[in-house]
Amino acid sequence: MRHGKYPLIVTFLVPPLLLYGIFVISPYLQAFQISTTDWLGYSAEADPVGLANFERLLDDGRVWNALKNNAWLLAVVPVLTIGLGLFFATMLAMGGRKGRAGVTGVRGTSVYRMVYFFPQVLSVVIIALLWREVYHPNSGLLNGALGAVGLPTPTWLGDPRTAFWCVLAVMVWSNVGFYVVLFGAAMSAIPRDIYEAVMLDGASRWTTLRKITIPLLWDTVQVAWIYLAIAALDGFILIQQMTNGGPNFSSDVIGLRMYETAFGSENRFGYASAIGVVLFFLTLSVAVLALRAARRDRIEYS
Amino acid sequence: MNRRDILRRTATAGLLATPAAGLLAGCATGGGGDEGDGGTYQGTKTEQNPLGVKEDAPLEVVIFNGGFGEEYAKAHEAMYTEKYPKSTIKHSATQEINKTLQPRFVDGTPPDVVNNSGAGQIDFNGLVSQNAIADLGELLNAPSLDVPGKTVKDTLLPGAVEVGSYDGRFLVLNYTYTAYGIWHSTKLFADRGWQYAKTWDEHIALCKQIKAAGIAPWTYAGKHPRYMSWPLIATAIKFGGPSVASAIDNLEPNAWKSDAMKAAADAWHQIVKDKYILDGSPGLDHVQSQTAWCQGKAAFISCGSWLESEQKKVTPEGFNMTIQPTPSLGSGDKLPFEAIRGTAGEPFMVPAKAKNVAGGLEYFRIMLSKKGAQDFTRKVSSLTVVAGSTEGVELPFGLGTVVKALDASGSTGFNWVYNNYYRKLERELVDAACGEFFSGRIGPAEFLDQCQKGADSIAQDSSIKKYKRAA
Repeated sequence: MRHGKYPLIVTFLVPPLLLYGIFVISPYLQAFQISTTDWLGYSAEADPVGLANFERLLDDGRVWNALKNNAWLLAVVPVLTIGLGLFFATMLAMGGRKGRAGVTGVRGTSVYRMVYFFPQVLSVVIIALLWREVYHPNSGLLNGALGAVGLPTPTWLGDPRTAFWCVLAVMVWSNVGFYVVLFGAAMSAIPRDIYEAVMLDGASRWTTLRKITIPLLWDTVQVAWIYLAIAALDGFILIQQMTNGGPNFSSDVIGLRMYETAFGSENRFGYASAIGVVLFFLTLSVAVLALRAARRDRIEYS
Repeated sequence: MNRRDILRRTATAGLLATPAAGLLAGCATGGGGDEGDGGTYQGTKTEQNPLGVKEDAPLEVVIFNGGFGEEYAKAHEAMYTEKYPKSTIKHSATQEINKTLQPRFVDGTPPDVVNNSGAGQIDFNGLVSQNAIADLGELLNAPSLDVPGKTVKDTLLPGAVEVGSYDGRFLVLNYTYTAYGIWHSTKLFADRGWQYAKTWDEHIALCKQIKAAGIAPWTYAGKHPRYMSWPLIATAIKFGGPSVASAIDNLEPNAWKSDAMKAAADAWHQIVKDKYILDGSPGLDHVQSQTAWCQGKAAFISCGSWLESEQKKVTPEGFNMTIQPTPSLGSGDKLPFEAIRGTAGEPFMVPAKAKNVAGGLEYFRIMLSKKGAQDFTRKVSSLTVVAGSTEGVELPFGLGTVVKALDASGSTGFNWVYNNYYRKLERELVDAACGEFFSGRIGPAEFLDQCQKGADSIAQDSSIKKYKRAA
């Protein structure tokens, strides 16, 4: 068998590596090169301009405005999503303990599990369309409900004070389900006897979550953190579909700025690539920081 | 390796993969280019064939598959192959013109005819500055296909050539003729006994009356508030004359803060101040606001003459939409009440590096023939830039009012083109300012300030090519 090992490895590794090289690595490298030109995208000519695009970026108020919004996403989306995800997963896995022995979830756990996962099945564009109608100022579900109980009915996506937060809420909503499942799966790997011991000691649910569940789930939380941090730097599809960055750039994000610069209101591919390069380094640093900050000793059960 | 390691490694892989979606996909700038220098297929020019079409050369046509669909283009293509039976036509239709065609422009192998329209339109400023579009001057001087004794240029409505011209070169054929005005339902107004107001004071009085009747006087597309910049700028031009428009187009200093623009912004601020706009409009997109208007929730809406076909499915029977010019500010207006913004729209172009440039021009000549234009009007209920293309075609109600309005406006009609020169200025900057202004968050002075700042940022940007037009 031993002599067949390398051909096998090569057969399985070469196609994906080739695809990765052509469709991921090479566009990256090209983006770096294009970012130092003034390419306008519809001819083969592009003059090198050195770092002029990056200098311009420093003075571009719209880019900074978009980055500010990304920073908000980065600060809020992971915390809210992981918090809600942990809460729901705990409730589903060990929430119901009233009057019963052992560790069980709340009633209807299997139904909830399915319902939470719904948004994950929908494509992001559908989610955006759905919520655009929910937020419809006159005939939307939200204002319909608010109006019915006599509360004020804001314009949501039409108001720069609320538009961004409305999209942020949708972002959390659409992500939570996946993390409920992820945390749920991780929790099922935690030995039951630990929980039973905690219960015997009379710990409250909150203490159990804080002292037992989260520490034992830490690796998974860390992974979730990185995923969500990257998602927060993106947010492009939802924003583009729901507000297109408006009103008055209040919900703009860096991905949308790049898209608008290249394909939307302008065709400045050189400058857009420069934005892309900056985004690349931002994503990389955020991920590295998240990995570093969340590093702890690992706990093995076996 | 345990499960956590796998998870962590997946995360690291995700790290590398996710931003890849963000970085622009690789379209090497270096590839291709020089060999396809345009006009590979060239026939001999004769009286019958003034543009020198090579009769067996293939022709590739790419149509924007939007409100007009693609059937009209297939009819034009059939007329082409009828004339040149040896030629074959490759037809395609897409909603994403820029993403579909960008690699082909870079590669130097663009199609022969491109209907560069829609949200995925390629910015003309960039195309023109990269010399990517063929000059259509020859087409203008060629004889019309079926109007004897006239050149193609003679058969076009006024303004059709200017709109597609950049520094005096006619590069873009804008095929449809669009009027921009204020729309209302004839039925609603007849039922309530209301009359469209010809002056601004009367308009405000009418708005008061409409509001008292429990209907919102106005609504607009809050997600695309630039729709409201059209009646505002029109009001200013009628007040101050066409030079208001040319100053804006030519990015003259403080063009947005001219006295006429100030007067117009002050006037329009009234409908915001007095709450004559349907609640929630800032949160509606164009479809939602137009639908609210069709449902009788609002009396007026600003739009171009495509409104009727866009709203076909939701317009109630007998609604009978009518377009009207913007009200006059007063007796001191330089242009009469009837003056309306009419302009050629729906751009078509022949890429400079197309293989069959002559065929592309000939295709335009067929589109601009009386037969081709009438067929278009019949199929999509829209006017073309060809004079008299509505003859013998039964028009729907709204389009009939557009024809009447354009006739009444005649030589007092006006237009502006800054949106063609500098797409970003209208689509992003003025758009955002309109959103703030018409939702009441800023006043007229701040509104004009924000527009002027936008225009200045374009004017100061040396990487954007500037164009000038005569007043």
